[in-house]
Amino acid sequence: MTRQRRIENSVLTGITLIAGLIWMFPLYWAFVTSIRSENRVVSNDAGIIPDEFNFSSYVDALFNSSLMDWYINSIGTSVIITAVVLVSGMMCAYALSQMEFPGRRMLYGIVLASFMVPAQALVVPQFVLMNDLGLINRWAGIILPQLVVPVVIIVYKQFFDAVPKEMKEAVVLDGGGDYTLLFRVYLPLNWGITTALGIITFIMSWNAFLWPFLVITTEDMMTIPVGITQVNDAFGVAYARIMSVALLAAAPVVIAYLIFQKRVTEAVMISSGVKG
Amino acid sequence: MAMIRNKSRHRLVAISLILPFVAIFALVFAYPVVEVVRMSFTDAPLIGDGDWVGLANYRRLLTDSLFYTSLVNNGYFVLLTVIPTTIIALMIALAVSRMSGRMQALALVLFFTPYVLPVSVVTQIWSWMLDFQFGVLQPVIEFFTGKPVPVFKNPFWVMPTVAVVTIWWTNGFNVLLFLAGLRNISEELYEAARLDGATRRQLFFQVTWPLLWPVTALVLTLQLILQLKIFDQIYLLSEGGPFNSSYVLLLMVYREAFQLNNGGYAAAISLVLFLLIVVISVLQFQILRIGGKNK
Repeated sequence: MTRQRRIENSVLTGITLIAGLIWMFPLYWAFVTSIRSENRVVSNDAGIIPDEFNFSSYVDALFNSSLMDWYINSIGTSVIITAVVLVSGMMCAYALSQMEFPGRRMLYGIVLASFMVPAQALVVPQFVLMNDLGLINRWAGIILPQLVVPVVIIVYKQFFDAVPKEMKEAVVLDGGGDYTLLFRVYLPLNWGITTALGIITFIMSWNAFLWPFLVITTEDMMTIPVGITQVNDAFGVAYARIMSVALLAAAPVVIAYLIFQKRVTEAVMISSGVKG
Repeated sequence: MAMIRNKSRHRLVAISLILPFVAIFALVFAYPVVEVVRMSFTDAPLIGDGDWVGLANYRRLLTDSLFYTSLVNNGYFVLLTVIPTTIIALMIALAVSRMSGRMQALALVLFFTPYVLPVSVVTQIWSWMLDFQFGVLQPVIEFFTGKPVPVFKNPFWVMPTVAVVTIWWTNGFNVLLFLAGLRNISEELYEAARLDGATRRQLFFQVTWPLLWPVTALVLTLQLILQLKIFDQIYLLSEGGPFNSSYVLLLMVYREAFQLNNGGYAAAISLVLFLLIVVISVLQFQILRIGGKNK
C-alpha cells in the first residue's frame, strides 16, 4: 500500500468512526437522561454532558413496575419460539433435502411461497383462531403464530443439500436411520447454521410488537416491547424513568449482541443468503 | 417384499419428520390464509359469524377515502425510506469495508446496535429527543426552520420524521448485507483493474457496482416489502395522525378489526395489502433482474 493510500484510509476510518458515534447519539442521550433526576432532565441549562449520576429511576423501574413480569414473558416465549422453529425447521428441511416422499416438491413450493406472505396480513384470522382456542392472554397465544419461519427451512435445506453423500453412506452401512443421520451427521456438520438461525429467530421474536400487542391485553402477560409502551400511560411525563425502562428493556439483547457480535453479523449474512 | 416394506418405512419416517412443521403451518398459517379470504366476503365482526355479502367490502373499500389516503401514505413512506436507506447503507459499508479488523468491528457495533432494539424502545427514545418542549433535537430543527416543531403533530413533518427513525433503526441490517457482498468480490479483480490503470471511479463503477448488483437488488426488494408493512413505528409515534397524514394500510386493518369491530372489512383490507406486496415485490424483482442483466 502506498503512503498516500494509507493516509487516506486512516482519514476515512476517522470520519466513519465519528459518523458512527453520531449514529449512537440517541442511545447515549437516553442514557444521560436516565441518570438524571426528573427536575434536571427538564431544566433549561442541562447540557448534553452527564452531570448527575442518579440511578433512582432504574431502581424505581425495576421494583415498582411489571418489568420483571415482562422480562419473564419475553424470555419464555422467545426461547420456546426459537427452539420449536429450529427443531421443526431442521426436521422438515432434512426430509425435503434427503428423502423421497409424495408431495415433496409441492411442500417445498408452499414453503417458498409462504416466504412471500406478510404475516401482518393474517392477524385478523389468527386472532379469531386464538380466541376460539382460548389462547388470548396466554403464552401459547403469543407463541403459536410466530412459529412459521419459512426462511429457516430454506436455509437449512441449502446447507443439507451441500453435505457430501459419502458422509451419509458410512452411517447407512452401520445401520443408522434417517433420525441418526439428521442428529448425528447433518446437524453437527451445520452447528454454525443452527446458531445463526437461532440468533435471528430469537431477535425477531424478542422484538415482535404487532402480534403480542394484539393478543395480550393484561399488563402482567405483556412482553417487553409491548409492556414498556404502558409506562407513559401510567406515569405521565417522567422522562428519566421512561428512558431507564427503555434501556433496561433493550439491555438483554444489546448485551447479548455485544458478546456475540461476530456470530450475529454472520447470522444476518447467512440467513439473508448473501454469504453461504 | 423387503424392498416394499423399506420404501413404506422410508415414507413413514419422512412424514414423521415433516409432521411438526406441517401441522403448525396448517393451523396458524394455511387456515388463516383461507379464513382471511372467506372473511373478506362477509360482514362478520371480529369475533362471531357474519353473513355472506359478496364483494360489498371491496366496493366499500373503493369508495373509502381513507383507503386512498393510506395507499398514498404507504407509497410516500416507501419513497422516503427504501432508496435513502439503500444509499446510506452502501456508503457506510464501502467505508467500513476498507477499515482494519478491530476498527471495522467497532464501526459495525456503532451502526448495527440500533437494529437489535425493540421498536418501542426506538420510538420512546426518539419521541423524547424530538419532544416539542424539551427535545434535544429541537434546537437543530429551530436552526433550520426558525422555530421548534411538534414533529409528530405536524402533517408535513410526521412522515419524513418516522422515515428518519426507521432508517436509523434498520439501516445496520442493510450495511451487513452490503458488507457481505463486498467481501465476496475477490481482491484479485481490483488488482487486475488497477494494473490496467483504472481510476477510483472506474474501479467503483466497473467492478464494485456491477458485482454488487445482486445484493443491491436484494436490499431494495427486502426493504420495499418491509416498508410496505409499516405499522409499529407509526402506531407508536403518531397513531396515523395528525389528520390521517400518517395513516397507512396496516393501521386501517388494526382500526377496523380491533377498534371498530369490522372483521370482514379488515380482512378485505388485509387481502389487498397482501396482494399489493406480492405484486409489487414480484414486479420489482423482475425489473431489478433485467436491470442487472443489461449491465
